[in-house]
Amino acid sequence: MTSRPKVPAARRGDARVAWLLVSPAIIGFSAFYGFPLVRGIYLSFTEFHVLTPPKWVGLANFRELLGDEVFWHSLEITVYFVLLQVAIGTVVSLAIAAVLHRLTHSALLRGVILLPYLISNVIAALVWQWMLDPQLGIVNVLLKNLTGDTVQFFGSSAWAVPTLAAISVWKWMGYFAILILAGLQTIPVAIYEAGRVDGASEVQMFLRLTLPLLRPILVMVVVLSVINAFQVFDIVQITTQGGPANASNVLQMYIYQKAFGQFDFGYAATMSLALLVLLAGITFLQLRIARAGQSDLG
Amino acid sequence: MITRFSVGRVLAWVFIAVVLVVTLFPFYWILRTALSNNFTLATNPSSLLPVDFTFGPFRRVLGLATTAQAQAEGGSGASLDVLLYLRNSVIYAAGLTVIVVLCSAGGAYAFARLYWRGRDAVFSILLCALMIPSVFTMLPNFVLVKDLGLTNTFAGLIAPNALFFAFALFFLRQFMLGIPAEIEEAAIVDGAGYFRILFRIILPMSSGPLTTLSLLMFIVAWNDYFWPLLVTSKNSVQPLTLALGVFKQSSPNTAPDWAGLMAATLVAALPMLALFVVFGRRIVNSIGFTGFR
Repeated sequence: MTSRPKVPAARRGDARVAWLLVSPAIIGFSAFYGFPLVRGIYLSFTEFHVLTPPKWVGLANFRELLGDEVFWHSLEITVYFVLLQVAIGTVVSLAIAAVLHRLTHSALLRGVILLPYLISNVIAALVWQWMLDPQLGIVNVLLKNLTGDTVQFFGSSAWAVPTLAAISVWKWMGYFAILILAGLQTIPVAIYEAGRVDGASEVQMFLRLTLPLLRPILVMVVVLSVINAFQVFDIVQITTQGGPANASNVLQMYIYQKAFGQFDFGYAATMSLALLVLLAGITFLQLRIARAGQSDLG
Repeated sequence: MITRFSVGRVLAWVFIAVVLVVTLFPFYWILRTALSNNFTLATNPSSLLPVDFTFGPFRRVLGLATTAQAQAEGGSGASLDVLLYLRNSVIYAAGLTVIVVLCSAGGAYAFARLYWRGRDAVFSILLCALMIPSVFTMLPNFVLVKDLGLTNTFAGLIAPNALFFAFALFFLRQFMLGIPAEIEEAAIVDGAGYFRILFRIILPMSSGPLTTLSLLMFIVAWNDYFWPLLVTSKNSVQPLTLALGVFKQSSPNTAPDWAGLMAATLVAALPMLALFVVFGRRIVNSIGFTGFR
């Protein structure tokens, strides 16, 4: 339907109605996507504290960015978080999807694993903070019984990011498993029957048949979860607020603090721009890889 | 499907069982804690059943307990007006859902069924929205909403997504492209106008996708945290997600009111759980097919 439409004589009134109907979308897009995109880029070249008009400062923010150790630390932390969440999350989701696919078609099971996706990040963060509480949290109570020691899941620099990544994996694993499962269901059953006739084991069939045929879906899942993970904020804000001592100060958290803690909107916009460029680059790269790996089912 | 008995099959079921426990246990733990007495909770942290069973935490967060009662059960005494925040969440989520679905349905109809110059060009431009992550538009959008004087209003809450929500428009357009043209042509011959066709033919035929879209929009808005955090600071408009965070900070750090907090959490999650019970299968299918986030 992307070819130039032929206009039948009876439909000449279409244009007026059409413009009327799409006007909300055009207004919404211009005001809240187009305009902020331009304005965000502009603001990153200014000093701007919201209450007074922005002042053009050229590349000053970018120079500050290059020398800002907290920013680079935040970037490092964020990349660490993204790697943990995407690697663990993808493997877990893939395992759940593959096992569900070969084991049962129960709609109830598929629904239940989706439950964490349906609740807000805030709730996920709160319940895990309670369960991981150093004194009263059930996980630490069990750990203490087993090992005699407790773990400061949010309170120690070493554990803060892995803990946040684990909560994130918990929140999203069912969602991505359902996405992958939908991909699995497009693979013809006959392929597995042929595999079994040839004497392949379940593991062999998974590695030789399922994985290669699933590649496009997997790339999509990884792209989605990378973009998702780079913007992590809610669970950090609820639990550690970036602490202890910046140990979990992810980019989005740092941007938020700069903008709404110190009202340094110009610099916050500069960091957002850096994140935007980074995300665009990663997405582009991943999609290039995806194109090289079209499913063999074609 | 594997039908014969094997070690692999048993292991696979064990794996699924572990996944289910990990998925569901936190939900049970919310309930178990919410029905416990916050003081005695500390004496028996590993009890699988509620400690000193009580509905006190729910009474506390629903504002049914006096300050004295609340403090006697380990509450902070600070009340969380859950009903007010619930109302705010409902207004925000339902308002956004209704407006998005209406605007998207109209727009999708224009893009899918009408012939007009510039149609494909406009559509490609709108498609660009999918490439711009919200992390970048948040700050400028906040400045815009502030300039418009819409902070602390429901209009400001729904503004960035209400008129144009890329996924919604594309999702409905995709479906409407598949409706046979004959039905529409018959209606035109009968002298039906555009809006009659839209409301009497196209929308009823799209009721499935419209329901799915409404569900997903409602869930996304209900769970939203970052945008409300930026544009609201008053109780009268803050949604429940924000209030939960505030409630946690208002409870003392040394002895937080975990029971009350979990009760509030459960109240906040209940609408989602209810949607899940009623529409679970539809939600699962829609995610499988659309990859909606």
